[in-house]
Order: sequence, then C-alpha cells, then structure tokens
Amino acid sequence: MEKNWPLWEVFVRSKNGLEHRHFGSLHAADAEMALENARDVYTRRNEGVSIWVVESKHITATNPENNGELFEPAQDKVYRHPTFYTLPDEVKHM
Amino acid sequence: MEKKNLVQYIYGIADNALILGQRLSELCGHGPSLETDIALTNISLDLLGQTRSYYQYVALLEGEGKTEDDIAFLRTERQYKSVLLVEQPNTDFAYVITRQFLFDAFHLALLEKLQHSKDDTLNAIARKAIKEVSYHLRFSGDWVKRLGDGTDISKQKVQEAVNMLWTYTDELFHLTEADSEAVAEGIGVDVSQLKEDYYGKVKELLEEATLEIPESKYFQKGGKQGIHTEHMGYLLADLQYMQRAYPNMKW
Repeated sequence: MEKNWPLWEVFVRSKNGLEHRHFGSLHAADAEMALENARDVYTRRNEGVSIWVVESKHITATNPENNGELFEPAQDKVYRHPTFYTLPDEVKHM
Repeated sequence: MEKKNLVQYIYGIADNALILGQRLSELCGHGPSLETDIALTNISLDLLGQTRSYYQYVALLEGEGKTEDDIAFLRTERQYKSVLLVEQPNTDFAYVITRQFLFDAFHLALLEKLQHSKDDTLNAIARKAIKEVSYHLRFSGDWVKRLGDGTDISKQKVQEAVNMLWTYTDELFHLTEADSEAVAEGIGVDVSQLKEDYYGKVKELLEEATLEIPESKYFQKGGKQGIHTEHMGYLLADLQYMQRAYPNMKW
C-alpha cells in the first residue's frame, strides 16, 4: 500500500483581478481533498478568493544544474532592459 | 418567553458547539496529518466562536455581571445540556469523522431553521454559522465516503464507528420543555421535525460510502437533561481546570 499521499502544489488568488500565486504545497489523497486541505492550510486567515491545486508530478521544472546555460547568458545583456531612456520628471513611478 | 427558559433553550444549542469544539481541540497537534490536524482544529475554532456568540447573549440575558466565561467554565456537569453524541471520545480518526458527520448533518438542518427564528440574536448567529457548518458537513461527509470506500481497514473502522455512535443519534430529535416553549413562541426549532430528512440524508451518504446502516433500534438519551456519559466529567475537568485553579484568571 502506498503510505504517503501524493504532493500537490497550491495556487491562491488573493483578490479578484489578481493572478493566482504559488502559496506552497501539501499532501492529499485526491484533488477534492487537496482543495479542502488548501482551504484549511492556506486561506484560514482570509488570504484568498480562489484556489487551484495541481499534483506536483504534473509540473515540469527546470533543472538547477542547467542554470548556467539557461539563465546566465541574460546577465550581461543589459541592453534588453529599457534603462537607457531619460524619463520626463512628470513620470514618477516607473 | 421567560428569560430563564430562553437561557435553557440556548444551552441546548450552544453546549453542543462548546463540547464538540473542546473534543476537537484535543486533536490540536495530534491529527493524523498536518492537513487534517489544521482542518479539525479550524472546525473546533468555528464551533467555539459560535459558542461565544450564544454565551454572550446568555450573559446579556442573565445580567448581574455574568460573563461568557462563567457560563462556559463554571457550570456543573448536570447544567450542560449538550447531547451525548458530542462528548464521545476521539477513539480514532474514524470515530472523530463519524461523530462529526452525524452531528454536522443535524447541525446544518437546525441552523437552516433557526435562521428564521423570531429572536433576532439567534437568527443572526444562525445565519453566520450556516456557512461554517456547511463546510464542516462537506469535510466530514467527504471523509466518511473516503474511509468507507477506501481500504478494507478504513472501511472496517468507519463501520465500527457508525455502529457505535448510531445509538446517540435519536437524542438529537428529542424535544425538551424549553424546546417546546421556544417552538410555541416562534423562537425555537422543532427538532423532531428534522428527523426524517436527517436519516434520509445520512443513509444516502452511508450507502454511497458503501457502509451498512445499523439496524439497532435501541437509542441512548440523557444529555439534554444534563445526564451525561462517563466521558463528560473528564472533558469538563480539562475544560474547567484553569478557571477552577485560578478563579477569574484572564488571558
């Protein structure tokens, strides 16, 4: 018998209009239980208005070993950031 | 309706929430998994929150400087009018869930009627509590189905819990004197009217959970008159210890 319940990732929308954000993970035997557990573990202090759960095994992730080839090449390409424009004073928050 | 009878009527509702809330609070840090631990203590907090609303109302009715704490902590066993079902111990997870389910199904039906009470405080408490209790029933009902339709062992355990706790269900529908008076005044709920629908819904879910409906026709009663099972004294000892040892202490 499988002793451990599968792991689920929990995404919570804090307010209408905002996106769902990753809140954490938990164990549950099925999707319905994962939703109920997520409701109890992550939204009991009024943190959310909507919950998504997805079984962790369905998430494909990058391997940290490949971080060099995946992410480092972007580090020395400052010209990809729009930081060379002079902003008019009236534009405050940018 | 005389104040003291209204107070008795409120005890009949509120004490169930207090005692079940206390039972569930014993599981804090001891649930079978982190997730169910939090879920059960959440339910406990919901019930204790409802208890506070009822007891604050009682304190107001009684006056003379009474507080909700006096009502919760300083009555004797006979003065608690909770049903026998809610004081039953946390024998194992199957018992915890079954007790919860058998009570939630009743509790929700009661509140759905109580929200139309002529008493404005009671109907307001009921309207707020309905949302919480709907979730309790969803949680406990789903778990009964999972355990019943789960492994051989989970099925055996939940069936045993159903068989053992069934004997406490009939008392939920007994009318006390305070009940009858409150019903006549349009304040209270005639719980005897909830019985048929309750057993219909409970049996439907138990069948879905592939469990057998107990055939026993023998039912326990007494809690509503303050005559409790042997478990109640221990529960109250835990509940009342701080107030008895350090009178008037505050957090």
